[in-house]
Amino acid sequence: MRNPLSDTIVSIKPSGIRKFFDIVSEMKDAISLGVGEPDFDTPWHIRDEGIYSLEKGKTFYTSNSGLMELRKEICNYIDRTQGVKYDPANEVIVTVGGSEAIDIGLRAMLNPGDEVLIPQPSYVSYEPCTVLAGGKPVIINLKAENDFRLTAREIEEAVTEKTKVLILPFPNNPTGAIMEKKDLEEIAEVILKHDLIVLSDEIYAELTYNGKHVSIASLPGMQERTVLINGFSKAYAMTGWRLGYACGPEEIIKQMTKIHQFAIMCAPTTAQYAAIEALKNGDGDVAEMREAYNQRRRFLMNAFREMGIECFEPYGAFYVFPCIKEFGMTSDEFATRFLEEEKVAAVPGTAFGDSGEGYLRISYAYSIERLKEAMERLKRFVEKLRAEQAK
Amino acid sequence: MREELLRIIEKNGRIDLKELAVLLGVQEIDVVNELQKLEEEGIICGYHTMINWELTDIEKVTALIEVRVTPQRGQGFDTIAERIFQYPEVTSVYLISGGYDLMVILEGKSLREVSGFVSNKLSTMDTVLSTATHFILKKYKDHGTIFGPKKQDEREMMA
Repeated sequence: MRNPLSDTIVSIKPSGIRKFFDIVSEMKDAISLGVGEPDFDTPWHIRDEGIYSLEKGKTFYTSNSGLMELRKEICNYIDRTQGVKYDPANEVIVTVGGSEAIDIGLRAMLNPGDEVLIPQPSYVSYEPCTVLAGGKPVIINLKAENDFRLTAREIEEAVTEKTKVLILPFPNNPTGAIMEKKDLEEIAEVILKHDLIVLSDEIYAELTYNGKHVSIASLPGMQERTVLINGFSKAYAMTGWRLGYACGPEEIIKQMTKIHQFAIMCAPTTAQYAAIEALKNGDGDVAEMREAYNQRRRFLMNAFREMGIECFEPYGAFYVFPCIKEFGMTSDEFATRFLEEEKVAAVPGTAFGDSGEGYLRISYAYSIERLKEAMERLKRFVEKLRAEQAK
Repeated sequence: MREELLRIIEKNGRIDLKELAVLLGVQEIDVVNELQKLEEEGIICGYHTMINWELTDIEKVTALIEVRVTPQRGQGFDTIAERIFQYPEVTSVYLISGGYDLMVILEGKSLREVSGFVSNKLSTMDTVLSTATHFILKKYKDHGTIFGPKKQDEREMMA
């Protein structure tokens, strides 16, 4: 039989996290610090709206772009948090999670050979989605000495005349790094100079711990060249509802809507009704969850300090990214031994790009009790490794 | 820090000072001072334990009693409320808007003990007009704590 597969898809590596999960799920009493989703349940009033919409029989397709009421609420939300105005009729599309928005955003913008700047470590889908869209990923390796922020200089060094899109993944998964206004202003100049389009993945926008998140779209001259992606998964603990959105210039959103229309039809209707409630009445829930994450973040940073493990202070998302270089192992070796010897699963930094080498992603979407147990095990493990090294 | 501190210890009264300081991102001495102030101001008025008595073999009956009373000149409901809350078996007394005046929550060892309290002590007070006693059959959730099996973590490891 002939080879039934596409060379492009076969050439793409599967996500590196899977392997760990498979081991963890077989191991009894293993503690996972590996998940990338909130530990909270979706707030009840939001779930209740979803249930109510089902009771009323709201079980049909919505318009391709999503319910108008939801798009209006999304525009309200971005206006009140970022001071950026979008037209709900033409500049917003509701997608199946932020991840679909990344995919169709890239597909709508890329021509074969167009280069896409992807800062790493970052979420695992930018690179494969770029390849699937016919683009060429150009990796920017973010540096610990810059607290894993993206600098104008790094863009300058990576830009060529083929560069079309810059992916801006902040607040960042896996590092927890953020870009403050001054950082964004610095890169905005280079973005304008090279006429780049920005795909700004702001899915963790609500989870920042030293002030409010600033979107690059709020900077002068940026809105018309930015596709802003956000969603409900992280802020409202709604991962399983699969709901996100993109806002941007009409001409881009129009083409994204076309792909979405043919590939997806529309985002899940129940989730859309629930999301309206989330945007209308969910601010208090978000604040409560943010406070809980912040406490855990402080707890972990303190635990690392006490163990003498180097870790820059992350101000966003729900991850810390400690450095394990002192132990003379690769991230993969460290994570594997940690799992085998102490039964704690953390994700090797390299799962998010080569520049994650020497780091570990630890998620704090877990209760303090769980984190406490995990840090006790980490302490024991680290002491053992240091004793081994001293020999 | 005050509000965040209160929210933490409202859920976990046993948390130690060092951990509290870490979670709040402040020094331990600041936590000590703030707790002392909160206690002095009467904002923190006790440290209790949530107990699901149903899982023990100790018999306990909880009743909610709606009480209608005649308010007294110059004192309103306060004096009668005080006369009721002095009884140790009364765990809570609330002044309520609507169809009745006081909500009295009572814990007793048995139905008989509770009904004895209502008929002998409560309804015989001069200002009490009427009572309606509701016994609690099952507690699902109390003080924000859900009684029941803990949820398993079903989340998968993903990027």
